[in-house]
Amino acid sequence: MSRGEAIGLMLAIIVVAVAAVLPLILDGYWLSVALTAMMYVALATSWTLFSGPTRYLSLATGAFFGIGGYLVGLGMSDYGLSFWLMAAIAPVVATALALLIGLATLRLSGVYFVIFTLGLAEMIRNLVSWIQNNFLGSRGLYVLTDFTDADIYWMLLAVSVAIFALGWWINRSRLGFALRIIGSDEEVAKHVGIDTAWSKVVLFMVTGFFAALIGALVAPRYSYIEPNVVFSPELSFIVVVMALLGGIHRLWGPLVGVIPFTLIWEGITISFPNYTTLFLGFSFLLIVYFLPHGVVGLMQSLVRRVGR
Amino acid sequence: MDILISGLLLGGTYALIAMGLNLQYGVARIMNLANGEMLVLGGLAAFWLFVADGLSPIATVFLVAPLAFAGNWLIYRLLIRPLVRRAKTQGQLDVDSILSTFGMSFIFVGLMVTIHGEYFTYSYLADPFSILGTTVAVNRLVAFIAAVAIGAAICFWLYRTQSGTAVRAVSVSTEAAGLVGINVERVSAFAFAIGGAVTAVGGTLISTFITLDASMGVIFTMKALIIVIMGGVGDIRGAIIAALLLGLVETAVATIIDPGLTLVAAYVIFLSVLLFRPQGLFGRRAS
Repeated sequence: MSRGEAIGLMLAIIVVAVAAVLPLILDGYWLSVALTAMMYVALATSWTLFSGPTRYLSLATGAFFGIGGYLVGLGMSDYGLSFWLMAAIAPVVATALALLIGLATLRLSGVYFVIFTLGLAEMIRNLVSWIQNNFLGSRGLYVLTDFTDADIYWMLLAVSVAIFALGWWINRSRLGFALRIIGSDEEVAKHVGIDTAWSKVVLFMVTGFFAALIGALVAPRYSYIEPNVVFSPELSFIVVVMALLGGIHRLWGPLVGVIPFTLIWEGITISFPNYTTLFLGFSFLLIVYFLPHGVVGLMQSLVRRVGR
Repeated sequence: MDILISGLLLGGTYALIAMGLNLQYGVARIMNLANGEMLVLGGLAAFWLFVADGLSPIATVFLVAPLAFAGNWLIYRLLIRPLVRRAKTQGQLDVDSILSTFGMSFIFVGLMVTIHGEYFTYSYLADPFSILGTTVAVNRLVAFIAAVAIGAAICFWLYRTQSGTAVRAVSVSTEAAGLVGINVERVSAFAFAIGGAVTAVGGTLISTFITLDASMGVIFTMKALIIVIMGGVGDIRGAIIAALLLGLVETAVATIIDPGLTLVAAYVIFLSVLLFRPQGLFGRRAS
C-alpha cells in the first residue's frame, strides 16, 4: 500500500466513524435530514459507478428505487413475508430488470439509453398501478417495522461503505480499466478487444441492485407505500444533479455534491415548496455551463493553477 | 372502426409534434428533451387566451407560432450554440444538450406551475361529429386537419424550395453542407426554431381535445422521441407512419384494456424498435 493510499484509507475511516456517531448527537429534524443525505450519498455514488466512467446518463434510479420500496410493501402487506426476505429479493428483481434493459439498449448509442430510462419510472408506475387495481385489489401497502430513523441511517451507512469499497475495487480491476476506455472512446475500446456491451451491462446491473436495495431499506421510513409515491421520476434527476455537481471523475466526488444540495433542497422544500422544480432546472444549467467537471474538478484545476 | 378513426386522428397530431423534434434532432443535432414542455406551453397559451379573452385556439396558433419561433431561436443562440462550439464529438454534444435541455424543461415546468398549477381545462368545439359511422368530437377533426395542413406546408418547404434543400443537406452531413457553401450554424438555428414553433403549435392543437397540465411535458417528449426513433432520425416520411402507428396502438390499448396503459404500450413499441429495427422503419442498417 502506497503512502497516498494509506492516508486515503485513514481519512475514509475517520469520515465513516464521524458519520456513524451522528445519530447519537442529532435528533428529530436533523436526524431525518442526515438520513436523507445518507440515502442520496448511497444512490449518487452507486449511480456514478456506472455513469461516471461510461458517460451514459442513467435516469433509471427512480424506477429501481421504486421497485425496492414497492416489493417490500407488497411482500410484507399482502403476503406476510419478513422485511429482510423482501429486502433481499427486491435487489435481485431490479438486477434482472437492469440486465434486460441493458441488453436491449446498451448495445446502441447513449442517446437511446437516456431516452429509454427517461420514462421508465413513469411507465413502471403506470403498469404497477394497473396490476394493483385490477388483480391485487387497491389496498394500501404498509411497511410496519420497529426500525428507528437511526437504524435506517446505520443500514444506509453500511450500504454506502460497501458501495465505496466496491467502487475502489472496480477502479483497480480490469473491468474499471475497460470502462474508462469506453468512456473516452468507445471505438477504441472495441478495437482493443473489450466486450463493451457486456462491461456496461454488468455495471448497470450493479447500480440497479444498489438503488433497489436502498429503496427497500428506506421503505420502513414511509410506513405507507403507494406506487404513485415510490416510483418518483424526480428522484432520478436529483441523483444525477447531485453526482454531477460534486464531480464524477472521483469516487468521492458525488459526496461533495450531495451534502450541500440536500441542505439547500430541504431548505427550499420547507420555505418555498413551489420552487423546487425551478431550482432543479437552474442547477442543471449551472452544471452544464459553469461546472462541467463538478466542484471537485473545479477545485483540482484551481489547485493546479496555484501550483504552477 | 372507432379505434381506427380516433387512432388516425390522434396520430396526425403526433406526427406534427414528431416533425418538430425531427427538425431539432435530425437537422440541428440537438437532442431537445424540453420538447414536451414547449408543447405544453403552446397548450397553456391556448387555454389562457380562451379563458381570459375567448380567443379561439385556431387564432392562437397564429400567435404561438411566431412567438415560439423567436423563443427557440434565442434559446439556440444563447444556450445551445456555446455547447455546439465546445463539443468535440457528437457524443459529448448529446450529453451536454441533454443536461441543458433537462434544465430548461424543469425551468419551464416551474414557471408554468406558478402561472397555472392546475389542469388546463377548457372546452372548444366539443360537439359530436360523425364520419364513416363513427362519432368523434369536432375538435379532434379540426386539430387533425390543421396538423395535416401545417405538415404539408413544412414538407413542401423542405422538398420544393432552396432553403428547405439546404436544411435537408445539413441533416445529411454538416461537413459536406459546409463545403458547398451552406451556413450550417444559421441553418441549424433556423431548423431548431422552426422545430420549436411546430411543436408549440402542435401543443395548441392537442390542448383542444386532451387536457394538459404543467408537468405532462415529459410524456409527450417520450412519445415524440419514440416516433422519431421508430421512423428513423431525420426521416419525415418514416415519422409520419410511426406517428399514425403509435396513435392507433395507443387508442387500441386505451379502448380495449385500460387508458392508464398507453405509456406502457408506447414502451413496448419502443423496445421492439430498439431490438429489431434500431435504424428506423425505413432506414438501412449502417455497415
